[in-house]
Amino acid sequence: MSRAGLHDASREEAAPLRTPAEAQSYLNDGNSLRSWLLTTDHKRIAILYLTSITGFFAIAATAAAMMRLNLLTPQGALLTAEGYNRAFTMHGVIMVWFFLIPSIPNVFGNFLIPLMIGARDMAFPRLNLASWYIFMAGGLFTLAALIFGGVDTGWTFYTPLSSTYANGNVVLALTAVFIAGWSSILTGINFIVTIHKLRAPGMTWGRLPLFVWTHYATALILVLATPVLTVTLLLVAAERLFGLGIFNPALGGDPLLFQHLFWFYSHPAVYIMVLPAMGVVSELVPAAAHKKLFGYWFVAYSSLAIALVGFLVWGHHMFVSGQSMYASTVFSFLSLVVAVPSAIKVYNWTATLYKGSIALNAAFLFAMGFIGLFVMGGLTGLMLALLAIDVHVHDTYFVVAHFHYIMVGGAVTAYLGAMHFWWPKMFGRMYNEVWGRISAVLVFIGFNVTFFPQFLLGYMGMPRRYHEYPPEFQTLHVLSTGGAGLLGLGYALPLIYLLYSLRHGEPASANPWKATGLEWTVPSPPPTHNFEDTPIVVREPYDYPLSHDSSIA
Amino acid sequence: MTTLRHEPFLDIARQREADRLGMVVFLASEAMLFGALVMGLLALRTFQPAPFAAASERLNLLAGSVNTAVLLTSSLLVAIGAEARALNRNRLATWMLGIAALLGIAFLIIKGREYYQEYGEGLMPGAGPYQDFGSPGARMFMDGYFVATGLHAFHVLVGVAMLAGCAWRLRRSDPPSKVGIENVGLYWHLVDVVWVFLFPILYLSR
Amino acid sequence: MGLRRLLLTWVALLVLLSMTIAASFLPIGNWRQLANMAIAAAKAGLIVWIFMKMRQETALVRLAGVIAAVLLLVLGSLLASDYLFRIDSPLIRIDGSNARGPLTPDAASSGERSP
Repeated sequence: MSRAGLHDASREEAAPLRTPAEAQSYLNDGNSLRSWLLTTDHKRIAILYLTSITGFFAIAATAAAMMRLNLLTPQGALLTAEGYNRAFTMHGVIMVWFFLIPSIPNVFGNFLIPLMIGARDMAFPRLNLASWYIFMAGGLFTLAALIFGGVDTGWTFYTPLSSTYANGNVVLALTAVFIAGWSSILTGINFIVTIHKLRAPGMTWGRLPLFVWTHYATALILVLATPVLTVTLLLVAAERLFGLGIFNPALGGDPLLFQHLFWFYSHPAVYIMVLPAMGVVSELVPAAAHKKLFGYWFVAYSSLAIALVGFLVWGHHMFVSGQSMYASTVFSFLSLVVAVPSAIKVYNWTATLYKGSIALNAAFLFAMGFIGLFVMGGLTGLMLALLAIDVHVHDTYFVVAHFHYIMVGGAVTAYLGAMHFWWPKMFGRMYNEVWGRISAVLVFIGFNVTFFPQFLLGYMGMPRRYHEYPPEFQTLHVLSTGGAGLLGLGYALPLIYLLYSLRHGEPASANPWKATGLEWTVPSPPPTHNFEDTPIVVREPYDYPLSHDSSIA
Repeated sequence: MTTLRHEPFLDIARQREADRLGMVVFLASEAMLFGALVMGLLALRTFQPAPFAAASERLNLLAGSVNTAVLLTSSLLVAIGAEARALNRNRLATWMLGIAALLGIAFLIIKGREYYQEYGEGLMPGAGPYQDFGSPGARMFMDGYFVATGLHAFHVLVGVAMLAGCAWRLRRSDPPSKVGIENVGLYWHLVDVVWVFLFPILYLSR
Repeated sequence: MGLRRLLLTWVALLVLLSMTIAASFLPIGNWRQLANMAIAAAKAGLIVWIFMKMRQETALVRLAGVIAAVLLLVLGSLLASDYLFRIDSPLIRIDGSNARGPLTPDAASSGERSP
């Protein structure tokens, strides 16, 4: 499993270019470009998503690098104000809609859900492929907006800047996100119907892996929230193109109406980004601890609770925008409530580890990183939910740090953890475990050096989305940029050793981590149709030998 | 949605259930799409209630009422058509869906004529020989009216195409399944439900 | 028989349509909006229950239908919690400053509220 210790090249056999398992797997079932681009196999579609979102991540990370480099000096010498605005807009738009939202659901959800429930594919395989093409069409529009000079409104497209005053390719960017939204909706429909209708005999709801539960909750949000974004962006585009006045205060409209409709989608959207990550962690922790998940039903129902309550809190983004004090109070209270199910999950993961027999492999280190960083992000979220605090730190780096702790420290870390856990299953190769652990530690350290100073900066009053700042903030900014370099290194490393493993990695067995779950019962990589015979499920989930007396099955 | 089983389903009954669930989930998302728009319209009404109501009076109530009746009738025919398909009376189903599609086209024609009339009266924001709103509030009402009815009309067009397509395929040897026809019907009924809410908000806010 | 039920539903829908049009000519003031919404909800209910055959569907499908309606109610009520309670709303009073409310003689004629 791991190759810690000295590497003696002379005693190693060359890894085969193609293992027997790979030859019979979905990877080899048709080798033409056409067979990949016209596939309906959920596993191949997952790989299509994997490659495209990696590309988008690189673009958005470059924008972030430019921002951080610009912030090395108080005068912001690298970019103009306008250029900086375009950088953070591109960073936000691409990271949110073209990396984070599709990352775990469309790569790991697509690959694993049919395997985990014992099905041969998703309920609507061709719709699945269509989702990817629609996603790519949206991506093309985004790239077009980027090439034609970008947009400076921020990923939040606040009116009336975006609808009336902004120059640039706003409509192009709006179209990009509009199109990408349809990809989300179709993915959500596919997940919901698949999980309801394609579970193998004996796979009751109480035997589903939590990964499937969280993706179900995510799919609910995808289907119900995204259309609101669609219609809102349509309204902004119409306002821009036809001069409607609904968001323009000069014409009697209300800019806050946009914010209400936008955040009604965008707050549940952050749960689209984090619920799948929680599902990943719910798989990684029992596997690493070789112990049954503590409190299965608590974790399952809290996924649904997060999805539901997540729809009730959007106004906490608008505490200082001018909404009524009454609404602010209601939203503040509900925002405190939404933290509870997330906390319940953290307690359950921790309790799972108690008296477990823990393997400190790379995937587990990423899961640990998730738990620590997500808790930090969640606690600062609670702080922001309190009106008295938010009034002071709204639109400062405190908010920026908070959501990066969740999105990057949480979601991206879990994405990497999933990558390290299921890579052997997806590609049939083991990677170098030492490098895996190194990058997990590097990501954790680099992340904290980048973003912890930003809490301090925000608390001291540094506003967000500013390309220049007073000189007293420079030390912290330099620290943050340095951390960003480390973080970038941490992200680049897996790219290298994972790709290396495709040719040179040890062939993986069906269940290298000795984990539970139907996906580990098929060869690595799986054959195209997943299962020879439909599995019949009789075991409880997380059926590890160890458990705690209070573990609820 | 043919009568044949296909991967990854291992039995046709499951596949039918999945098709039905998929359509209903999709309709839930369409309901959110229009629902958010309706909420926006209602919010608009609170900004400036009197101009909103005044603008509503300038719409063609007769056209709107006739259109509502047209859509309700087409829904009836679609429902009958689905029943007919279930009883394998495909010729009757063809007629029902075909006439429903024609009623949908009638809806679009009446809507188009309304738009033309509003264009001529200076009520179309950004277009027309002159702009005669009377107040910013009235202008915002017309904004909301055109976006809402425009989006709805687009959905009517899609529905007409699907109904016509089903009517056509029902005459051939490989007709759509009962579940398939019902699913198209569900979409049409949702388009009708959306109009049922749009009509009073836009035409009857006087 | 199925056809009879469908035809009766259609007749009921047309009756409700006439009621809602008639209501807009009755002198019932602001209750008109509520009445219209109630009638629209009734029509929608009939279409969903009878035409869309929700009565014959499984609980799961009905839940999928209901959930959007519930979520829209959430959106509506929380939007209302903002729009009905803004600083110049007649529904709240702060330090007696809203004692006159926005419907002063000059404001009432245009019905406009300050942005």
